[in-house]
Amino acid sequence: MTFQEVAAILIVLSPGIAAVVAGLGQRVLGDRGAMAVTTGIVVTAAALAAWQFFAWSLGGQAGEAQTIVLSRWFNVDTFIADWAIRIDALSVTMMFVVTSVSALVHIYSIGYMAEDPHRGRFFAYLSLFTFAMLMLVTADNFIQLFFGWEGVGLASYLLIGFWYKKPSANDAAIKAFVVNRVGDFGFALGIMALVFMIQPVAGVDYAQYGIKEFSSIQFDTVFAVIANNAPVDMVGAAGAMPIKEVTFDFLGVHVWGLEIAGILLFIGAMGKSAQFFLHTWLPDAMEGPTPVSALIHAATMVTAGVFLVCRASPLYAEAEVASNVITVVGAVTCLFAATVGLAQNDIKRVVAYSTCSQLGYMFFAAGLGAYGAAMFHLFTHAFFKALLFLGAGSVIHGMHHEQDMRFMGGVRPNMIFTWAMMLIGTLALIGFGIPGTDIGFAGFFSKDAIIESAFASDSAFGPFAFWCSIAAALLTSFYSWRLMFMTFEGKFRPNPHAHHDDHGHADDHGHGHDHAHAKPKDGRAPAHESPIVMLIPLLLLAAGAVFAGLLFKPQFLTKNADGFWQGAIVREADPLYGPCGVHPYGDATHCAPDVAHAPAPSNAAASAAEESHGVVADEQHAAPDAAHAGEHHELPTWVIWAPFVVTVTGFLGAVIFYLMAPGIPRRMAQNGGPMHSFLSHKWYFDEIYHFVFVKGTAALGDLFWKVGDKKIIDGMGPDGVTGIAKAGAGGLSKLHTGYIFHYALVILVSAVIFVAFVLAGQGR
Amino acid sequence: MSGAELGLGHYMAVSAALFTIGVFGIFVNRKNIIVILMSIELILLSVNINLVAFSVFNGTIMGQVFAMLVLTVAAAEAAVGLAILVVYFRNRGEIAVEDVNVLRG
Repeated sequence: MTFQEVAAILIVLSPGIAAVVAGLGQRVLGDRGAMAVTTGIVVTAAALAAWQFFAWSLGGQAGEAQTIVLSRWFNVDTFIADWAIRIDALSVTMMFVVTSVSALVHIYSIGYMAEDPHRGRFFAYLSLFTFAMLMLVTADNFIQLFFGWEGVGLASYLLIGFWYKKPSANDAAIKAFVVNRVGDFGFALGIMALVFMIQPVAGVDYAQYGIKEFSSIQFDTVFAVIANNAPVDMVGAAGAMPIKEVTFDFLGVHVWGLEIAGILLFIGAMGKSAQFFLHTWLPDAMEGPTPVSALIHAATMVTAGVFLVCRASPLYAEAEVASNVITVVGAVTCLFAATVGLAQNDIKRVVAYSTCSQLGYMFFAAGLGAYGAAMFHLFTHAFFKALLFLGAGSVIHGMHHEQDMRFMGGVRPNMIFTWAMMLIGTLALIGFGIPGTDIGFAGFFSKDAIIESAFASDSAFGPFAFWCSIAAALLTSFYSWRLMFMTFEGKFRPNPHAHHDDHGHADDHGHGHDHAHAKPKDGRAPAHESPIVMLIPLLLLAAGAVFAGLLFKPQFLTKNADGFWQGAIVREADPLYGPCGVHPYGDATHCAPDVAHAPAPSNAAASAAEESHGVVADEQHAAPDAAHAGEHHELPTWVIWAPFVVTVTGFLGAVIFYLMAPGIPRRMAQNGGPMHSFLSHKWYFDEIYHFVFVKGTAALGDLFWKVGDKKIIDGMGPDGVTGIAKAGAGGLSKLHTGYIFHYALVILVSAVIFVAFVLAGQGR
Repeated sequence: MSGAELGLGHYMAVSAALFTIGVFGIFVNRKNIIVILMSIELILLSVNINLVAFSVFNGTIMGQVFAMLVLTVAAAEAAVGLAILVVYFRNRGEIAVEDVNVLRG
């Protein structure tokens, strides 16, 4: 076993062990012990994962993509699944993201949760989450992925409801769990659809497609079958047919098998990644402790859906309808969440909606075939969004658990370090950078790559996604600066309902009551800077938010991308950095021009990218293959500058509204125009869902309870039987008069009848 | 045997008459529980007459032995029944048949 393999096994399994030790042994270990065990182990895992990732991406010694099989799990006919650790570019990236953010959140939580009486449990849950997430990303089959998928769902539930004495936290936890079940149902159906379709045809040698062992749920088998359009024998089908021609009836509709499998898997991803229609749980999940929001609901778990789509890119590359669905849902989400973010007052909710919005970016990128850009944005987003959340947590901590931005302001002087970190996070989130150069924050590289991919895409929905993303970029900039200005700038606005836990329902009428509190001098907030243990993670994440884009763009998107990905994702359909990508499972003919392939495949991509940013390396440009690739991806200058322009516009808008004339938005909120209430009520999604689903379910339950159970089952069953027995007994007891002569009469008559029978019998 | 001689039919007629009187004594009487006891005695006697008559006419002794047994049982029954009555009267203060319906459902 090589060191790399040992490291991978340690990375994945050790957080699980930490969770068990800390969770079950916290009475023995105590809070400090549990914290030390979990934090130590996760930090170690993060160090190993970082080594693994850097070796893979920067060290130039990208290890072999391989799968370490730990043990066999299922072995039923072609339903074969292992407990396995799949090491390739996707999982290495995710392992690094998950463990590093998790380690920083562990460290941060030592400070943030310092006063919590149940710290041991909290850290055990955090480690449990890390373990489940790592199982998810290193799975080599859909079943282990599903295991991790449910595991992170469980950990998310436990952590959202961590403060279990708070009813709103319990509600939010249940909501998250239930909404995720909706998505998971689709996910499970998607896996079933694959198993249903992908059954081996007797007599076909699947080894020719590179399949060693035919398993309907193993990624290798599934993707190789799809990429090669191999013949399959669908359950109940008349005969073998190529996978792309498989159709069957689903919900009474005749559908293409691959498309429906893709859509169903995406429904799972929608639930986990809080996409439009299934997003409602994410903002409520902010009831959990802030480190949880940073780890689970910003950096890692919610990106599992994006990871799934990228992991299944060989499938989606062949499923056009499913990809279009992803594009539309992603684009709508990115715009929708950004609009809602404008009108939220809870600092964490603003960041939550921005997460939702950024996930939308990732999805439509994946839907348009730019899986590399999606993963790249996932990667950079993890750092700056975790940074923003932990920064928000630091503010909340410093403000004595005040989360409403209307009651902040003037925080900067006392929390200058947190302010600086949040500023970096904001600049990264809005994708600040100078177009045409490689100068910018992390989000600049990844977000612009996505926006440009949308423009360059041939898909029918590319323009739609492009304009949605531009609009969302404008709004993102506006609400991000709004958050910064409302929190850190201006004068402190004390909360008239101080120590009022239920921040969600604070209302506007309190603005005039500042005198109720001793006014702090110079409008400074009575905030204090957070302890050092909380600031170090911020600093490290800020480093990620600044450099992750610059450093890893060549790996994820341009120069060395083929060497980095090594076929972990399908790159041939990538609109921007495309056609020289190597299809992981197909043969080389998939890969369009041979020139782009042969001598220097990376050069073509590099110049395509760099040209798009205006910097053209001369010697690369001269190469004919580079020119060939370049002409295909010429982007107009206005496209390259558009994100920058809207970002600056958003910034200026926020300056006007929140620095120069802070009265305007306040009046708008107080007057409560239809637009404002539409946004602050999050497009009335919760209300509609409450009316349709909650009330509908309650009415249905009522029907089944009152009619089905009470009337039919009880009426026919126990209640009916006892009723009949009672009525019968009542009738019979009437015969029991108590009068001796009645009894005697009965005796006599009976005797006569009896004798008559006996005599009649004898006479015969 | 001459025509005026008592035959089996006469004994049975008397027995049937006694039985009928006894039965009606039970049903028709609504007043006195002692009358019911007496009616039962009448029924038993009618049975005894039957038994003895058959015994004589068949020339076997079994019927008469059985009659003695019935008498014994009747005596015991009368004793127990009267004892119950006495206790009942002590408890309820009266023994009118119409009021004796504690067993009513």
